[in-house]
Amino acid sequence: MQKELNSRRSEVMGMETGTWKVKSGLAQMLKGGVIMDVVTPEHARIAEEAGACAVMALERVPADIRAAGGVARMADPTIIEAIMKTVSVPVMAKCRIGHFVEAQVLEALGVDYIDESEVLTPADEAHHVWKHDFKVPFVCGCRNLGEALRRIGEGAAMIRTKGEAGTGNVVEAVRHMRAVMDAIRELVNTPQEELMAKAKEMGAPFALVEELHKTGKLPVVNFAAGGIATPADAALMMQLGADGVFVGSGVFKSTDPSARAQAIVKATTHYNDPKIVAEVSKNLGEAMPGLDIKQIPSDELLASRGW
Amino acid sequence: MKIGVLASQGAFIEHIEKLRQLGVEATPVRIPEELEGLDGLIIPGGESTSIGRLMRDYKLTRAIRNRVKQGMSVFGTCAGMILMAGKGDDPAFEPLGLMDIAVRRNAFGRQLESFETELNVPALGEKPFPGVFIRAPLVEKVNGTVEVLARLADGTIVAARDGKMLALAFHPELTDDLRFHQYFLEMVSGRE
Repeated sequence: MQKELNSRRSEVMGMETGTWKVKSGLAQMLKGGVIMDVVTPEHARIAEEAGACAVMALERVPADIRAAGGVARMADPTIIEAIMKTVSVPVMAKCRIGHFVEAQVLEALGVDYIDESEVLTPADEAHHVWKHDFKVPFVCGCRNLGEALRRIGEGAAMIRTKGEAGTGNVVEAVRHMRAVMDAIRELVNTPQEELMAKAKEMGAPFALVEELHKTGKLPVVNFAAGGIATPADAALMMQLGADGVFVGSGVFKSTDPSARAQAIVKATTHYNDPKIVAEVSKNLGEAMPGLDIKQIPSDELLASRGW
Repeated sequence: MKIGVLASQGAFIEHIEKLRQLGVEATPVRIPEELEGLDGLIIPGGESTSIGRLMRDYKLTRAIRNRVKQGMSVFGTCAGMILMAGKGDDPAFEPLGLMDIAVRRNAFGRQLESFETELNVPALGEKPFPGVFIRAPLVEKVNGTVEVLARLADGTIVAARDGKMLALAFHPELTDDLRFHQYFLEMVSGRE
């Protein structure tokens, strides 16, 4: 009913919804902020209270998905709706890679952003969702610039580096952020006549390669994700060039989620001020237990999902 | 002229870039000391709850009010407008109370209701201004000396000014139109 009313009002008043500007613009409003994984309305309230700029509504945090094994799917809509009712900040939710019907369901629920995520078990091993078809914006993971530009080509209005979710180990997040930033620096200095070969090598759409060569930056916001567990981890990712951070298991798998959430928010804002990062890092209790990436069997690495 | 952009959270770089295009080097503001000597402050779009908490925790709320008493101009967009208001609808943080307006957050609905539309803004001339509204607030009520600068076709107030205070429900920093930033700089300098 409300939707019909809105769409009628839109037509009469010349209001255009679902445009690229409002999709990528919402991501711009999230910059300098922390997006936290939450599995209950209570978690969502703690995250919002701590200053999270958005929450990701899930059935399980990545550390638990990793532990449980099996097929991980979109969360039960009941959980997502309960979280949407609890907080006023934007609510994101995850669909499986390529599962465009899960995406349709999430859009119908009215979530503010969809994360087409490698944390869930892929539904399609060859194709991602064609995101231009949706009015709701998408964020997608990447390990390098080629992957980022492929996702943007498909319509992602926001990118995040993948890292390795559910490990509490920032090493993969660093690797992926450095890979993206290095490739941008390289592309800016690549002569025009070499751009086509670069696009071929990266497997990226030529138009986006050329645009990036001219502007020197990604056309959408890029957050860091996957393994951020401490305030210093968050500040590290910001200094490496992230526009903001996702914290998955890092908050609610620690011993004092509220204190840690607040500290990570502050460290993300004041990432260039080591005194403040030091101050907020005090007395946070235990961080989540970490995993050594080398001990994880290669077929269990989440970052290798998607192409 | 020294302009600062509140950089607690949100789209502050976009504002700094707009001002640069107008030949003004703006500085990010995260702590009270960075407000010193500013003639004007922009409070950007972002999440008002997030910005509001960071302002509270780093004692920016009182510092900004004090600087305004000394003559600093303030320009808020979207979340910035919510934070400038005299009365908000979020009990979790205290608005700055710089303008006697009542605002409603997320007034149009969730992201699917975010929209673009052309706005008629007489103060900027005849050419319509590109209005980008993202989970935008609206102004429910203006009091006292507050002047309405723009409305939607149905009369909803989306831009207002009171002396050296300017508040918009939308995002000029996401467009190529520099007129609102130019307008603010003229407010700051008193050349109007």
